[in-house]
Amino acid sequence: MTDTSLPEVGLAVAHAAPPTPEHTSLWKRLPVVRHVRTSVGLQRTMLVTGLVLVLVFVVTAVFAPLLAPYGYAQLSSGDVNFGSQQPPSAENLLGTTVGGYDVLSRTIWGARPAILVIIVAVTLSIFAGVALGLVSGYFGGWVDRVLVVIADALFAFPSLLLAIVVAIVISGGQSSMWGGVMAAAISLSVVMIPQYFRVVRAEVVRVKAEAFVESARVIGAGHLRIMGRHVLRNSTRTLPLILTLNCSEAVLTLAGLGFLGFGIEPTAAADWGYDLSKSLSDVTSGIWWTAVPPGVAIVLTVLGATLVGESLNDLADPRLRTRRAAKAAALSPVTAVPGGVATDRVPGVESIDELEGPSDLFDENGPRS
Amino acid sequence: MTNVVDITDLRVSFATDSGTVRAVEGVTLQVAAGEVLAIVGESGSGKTVTARTILGLLPETALTSGAVLLTRKDGSATHDIVTLRGNDLRDVRGRDAAMVFQEPSTALNPVFPVGWQIAEGLKAHSRISDKDARARAIEILRLVGIPDPEHRVDHYPHQFSGGQKQRIVIAQALVLDPGLIIADEPTTALDVTVQAEILDLLRSLPRDFGSAIVLITHNMGVVADLADRVAVMFNGEIVEQAEVRTLFSSPQHPYTQRLLDAVPRVGGRRLRDRVRVADELEPMAVDESATPVVEASDLRIVYPGRLRQPAFTAVDGVNLAIRPGEVLGLVGESGSGKTTIGRAIAGLTPVSGGSLKVHGVEMLDVKEKVFRPVRKRIGFVFQDPATSFNPLLTIAQCVAEPMVVHGLAPNPDEARPRVDELMEAVQLPKAFGDRFPHELSGGQRQRASLARALILGPELLIADEPTSALDVSVQARVLDLFARLQAELGFACLFISHDLAVVDLLAHRIAVLHRGVLVEEGTGDEVLGAPKHPYTQRLLASLPVPDPVEQAARRETWRNLRAHG
Repeated sequence: MTDTSLPEVGLAVAHAAPPTPEHTSLWKRLPVVRHVRTSVGLQRTMLVTGLVLVLVFVVTAVFAPLLAPYGYAQLSSGDVNFGSQQPPSAENLLGTTVGGYDVLSRTIWGARPAILVIIVAVTLSIFAGVALGLVSGYFGGWVDRVLVVIADALFAFPSLLLAIVVAIVISGGQSSMWGGVMAAAISLSVVMIPQYFRVVRAEVVRVKAEAFVESARVIGAGHLRIMGRHVLRNSTRTLPLILTLNCSEAVLTLAGLGFLGFGIEPTAAADWGYDLSKSLSDVTSGIWWTAVPPGVAIVLTVLGATLVGESLNDLADPRLRTRRAAKAAALSPVTAVPGGVATDRVPGVESIDELEGPSDLFDENGPRS
Repeated sequence: MTNVVDITDLRVSFATDSGTVRAVEGVTLQVAAGEVLAIVGESGSGKTVTARTILGLLPETALTSGAVLLTRKDGSATHDIVTLRGNDLRDVRGRDAAMVFQEPSTALNPVFPVGWQIAEGLKAHSRISDKDARARAIEILRLVGIPDPEHRVDHYPHQFSGGQKQRIVIAQALVLDPGLIIADEPTTALDVTVQAEILDLLRSLPRDFGSAIVLITHNMGVVADLADRVAVMFNGEIVEQAEVRTLFSSPQHPYTQRLLDAVPRVGGRRLRDRVRVADELEPMAVDESATPVVEASDLRIVYPGRLRQPAFTAVDGVNLAIRPGEVLGLVGESGSGKTTIGRAIAGLTPVSGGSLKVHGVEMLDVKEKVFRPVRKRIGFVFQDPATSFNPLLTIAQCVAEPMVVHGLAPNPDEARPRVDELMEAVQLPKAFGDRFPHELSGGQRQRASLARALILGPELLIADEPTSALDVSVQARVLDLFARLQAELGFACLFISHDLAVVDLLAHRIAVLHRGVLVEEGTGDEVLGAPKHPYTQRLLASLPVPDPVEQAARRETWRNLRAHG
């Protein structure tokens, strides 16, 4: 019993069938929305938790000026200086850092460089990676082999080390906001391009062998048309997964740069990694409020992106996806049809002809060629 | 006689993304000891689910109710499989009932020797020394007809042929001497000549081992050859149960009647003749003097070897010609090169030697630029309708693709009137053009595939096993449509199939390929009525006919042929 051959019993009653995904509204078909709707139990909790965390992160970054009580480089309110390492108070809800900045404000502002790194790094790498993967997988040959070797070599490259080198090259270590963001983004894209490349290439190699690509070749379609219309769109289904996982990697790399002292200067932008490194000595002297907020921010952002990525991965795979258990009471009168088209049952079948579409008439206005 | 299996009011439903679906609804079935029961039905009818329930092999998403009583061969124990869990279920599997799977190449683990895999079942059920297990494995391999089993027991699955692998899978099932063997499409993945040998082995099991067999199949020829009793399933229910001879001679349920009617038979009424009579078309004479659409002389196609492996000659010195308006049926088993020839004509596989002229263009070392205009005049129907459509495009967009590619329409929407015309010709409602491929059934998709192949009005159609992925009744309707369109439009056609009966329905002339060599060519009556080449004779004798009485007689012919060949 293969799932390629469906019984022909569905047609006559197809209108009574439950809506297939393509017939539901566009909103419900969007990748993440669809995933939330199909998930149940623990998988749904994971996905929703991740989505909420990501949403909080994005909202914080976009509305930072409204949410933060002070600016990221503000040392005083009115004429009153905050003071250094002050414990949480009504003035400074989470206290102040050793440099005299408001911890809460810097933690909120810190979402901005993080999201910029994500946007720049993913944009830089996704286009290059997908284009290279498509060409390499479709044409094969020696170009393919050389690109695969290069991609494999780059996999072994530590992105943080590269980021340090790039940071020094761009602005001699200590840098402006864009200097720090670009350093992280460029080094990340060097490591991320091979990931997109490998994934897209593998899909292209698979799709290339499918019969519908062959059929396009038989028709006489050119390479560009086959690549663009038939191969590319069928090769992108795993991209959302890598994208979400790369987001967490981007945040970690930026924080790592800042922590090592190659990040963004405190007057240029707020950087979680920088704040964390400056609070190292505070921890031993019992000052908790300078280290915990940026640390928690990093952890929650990375956790959110990873949860979304992992859940999307599980939900995309029918073998990993959990479903609501069949309940005897809730049985709907539907017959099993492998391949996804479920239809109502046909009681008292007279003949297969009746079920298999329009009756046996041959139209006289058939093609004349 | 005692029953090995006693199924009462079995109901199975599955949790899926689109809600709960019922696969089996109230099946009641008994299998007596030493009996061969065939469960027939089309895909989705619940036959495999029913059989798998006997071994408790359903996925976690399944909900089962009813009773499945499985009795041990010596009658010492009876279990209700539906309620068994964990160790108790494991104890029953293999010992009381075993399974033979459809695809022998995936049912065996490639990294272990076959002897080890047979002994695995023994060790799971009893304390047995390695030496005894090995001896038992050798013995059972000899019984299923593997030559030189003392030596072969240490070989790995890839060192055996497909038929031998299926024998090993059967040996694996037999080694614990179960009272019941469930064979799920045991010969579907095999060639006809190999199928005949496996059926011969299966037939000996009740006699030599006393095992009952539950045979799941869609092939009525196999049923006629092997079964004692037949249960016909439709939509999760058993619509008819009867002795095999009774069922074939006087089917009661209308579904069974239709099913038997749809089975193609060699030497049955030719579809192309029937179409002519119905439509009162002039019988079309193939003009023997006309320039052939396709002309191959001494055609050779070689696949280059890789990593110092020798090159593989797929097609070796084939001569054939297809004249305008003629249907040439190309028959052969897997690896005979029939698909390669079709692909070479469509320009998908390069020609290595000899000459192949398509619409007058020499295909040896042809340049794509030269061949591109010719592509317009060739249509191609692929084997698997599930994969031959881009899943992201609608049916109308897929069907319009050839027009867009050849500049006859700027975009799929402009081509829509012509697409609708074609959809009507292949008897699909116009509204289906807006559906996505996965929303159509296999037969509907294959008709859409035919519409796409015909949209440019080609003079040559290449159909590569167009119906082998379809159910019998669907296949009958697609073939009927095919014959009608061919009669009306008069295109020449290369019809590639492994099924002699299907080819016989449609083709004016039949060519038989064997290992890349054309062994026989002629009209249907010549090739199938009085085959000259021993290979054609063997092929014909191996084909089980859907008639138990006739099949019993044919089996003798086949045995004689095998004994002499």
